[in-house]
Amino acid sequence: MIRVVLPAHLRRLASVDGEVKLEVVGAATQRSVLDALETAYPMLRGTIRDHDTKRRRAFIRFFACEEDLSHEDLDAALPAAVAAGAEPYLIVGAMAGG
Amino acid sequence: MAGVRVLVGTRKGAFVLSSDGTRRSWEVSGPHFAGWEIYHLKGSPADPDRLYASQSSSWSGQVVQRSDDGGASWRPVGNKFSYAGTPGTHQWYDGTPHPWEFARVWHFEPSLDDPDTVYAGVEDAGLFRSVDGGDTWVELPGLRGHDTGSSWQPGAGGMCLHTIILDPVNRGRMFAAISAAGAFRSDDAGETWRPVNRGLHSEGIPDSDAEVGHCVHRIAMHPSRPSVLYMQKHWDVMRSDDAGESWHEISGDLPTDFGFPIDVHAHEPETVYVVPITSDSLHYPPDGRLRVYRSRTGGDEWEPLTRGLPQQHCYVNVYRDAMAVDSLDECGVYFGTTGGQVYVSADAGDRWAPIVRDLPAVLSVEVQTLP
Repeated sequence: MIRVVLPAHLRRLASVDGEVKLEVVGAATQRSVLDALETAYPMLRGTIRDHDTKRRRAFIRFFACEEDLSHEDLDAALPAAVAAGAEPYLIVGAMAGG
Repeated sequence: MAGVRVLVGTRKGAFVLSSDGTRRSWEVSGPHFAGWEIYHLKGSPADPDRLYASQSSSWSGQVVQRSDDGGASWRPVGNKFSYAGTPGTHQWYDGTPHPWEFARVWHFEPSLDDPDTVYAGVEDAGLFRSVDGGDTWVELPGLRGHDTGSSWQPGAGGMCLHTIILDPVNRGRMFAAISAAGAFRSDDAGETWRPVNRGLHSEGIPDSDAEVGHCVHRIAMHPSRPSVLYMQKHWDVMRSDDAGESWHEISGDLPTDFGFPIDVHAHEPETVYVVPITSDSLHYPPDGRLRVYRSRTGGDEWEPLTRGLPQQHCYVNVYRDAMAVDSLDECGVYFGTTGGQVYVSADAGDRWAPIVRDLPAVLSVEVQTLP
């Protein structure tokens, strides 16, 4: 079970409170987590990454275990603590006012 | 008793303002989609309970919301807007080629007779259509694919398709307007398009009378007389009496002919409303006085409407999609400001009152007249 933390705007869009918990088929990678997230919450498609290219939106960042994974290989294994559900995978809106 | 429902899009959410036909006391619902920019909401003429809303943010992109119960509840529908084929380039601000990139939906125009069919005008300028209630969107590529498309350039607010008008008499005829490309007309339900900008004159482009390149801010039509169009251009208020084939200026005695919205009285096709704004560099009313101007002669002769509007220290703007009229017996006129006020006049502009004073900056105002 993977724990995912969404930014507040996307929690409201997906109608969820707190963390999202996902079962991921196969290896726990950023790609497999994002695929599982969009399958469970289809209204999030296009809001985190592009529909077609799957490229991360410019103002979105991915963090875990105090590391910035935004520019890491999407198919690389996530840290063991994230894969085990001990630590969350964080989807973060870039810091900005408004 | 008949009533009205005002749909307000703001920088931080959507609001629904409801009243009976007197338009004196109001119920305010919202914010819906709090924290998101709501560029536009609009109801279907064929089913007033069907609403579409454009929800977006710089962080999370575009979301489309749909209501089937007049705004009481909403659900997200399709948000995939893919340009047809290889998108190519348009001109950037400095004249260099720039790839076509979808940014957001500026305007929804629901079909006149099918609630599931709706058009979307987007930035970078393109026209999309859904025939399944917003679940899927397909571009009508004849507009963006016009021979002049690669020469279009953005206005300061982006290269947006902000106006879509469906001709209720000549079915299949549509108008679209793009900042800063100009006005376009289709006579075959959006398959093919041609620029209709003859008579427009714009500074700041190499050829001031060019076929395209004009920063059209808004076009309005009275449904009973679809060959007559009114336009608020960047500068100049214009009129066409031949469905856009040619335009002539009707700015007349306005204090300034810069502005954004323009609209037509619901029952008087020669009564037109604009909100003059000081200039392209000073986006607030002249002299700090918020005045709507009304012409009862189809242009040229304008009267200021000030009763109930702030006449000192007012430095708000009124955006292009932020004015609307209802169709009650005594036509109501509505507009919203960047200061968060939404004003109503229940007597065609003679007297105004704020419905709300402190919303986030208002991006759009639409009104539905309900039985």
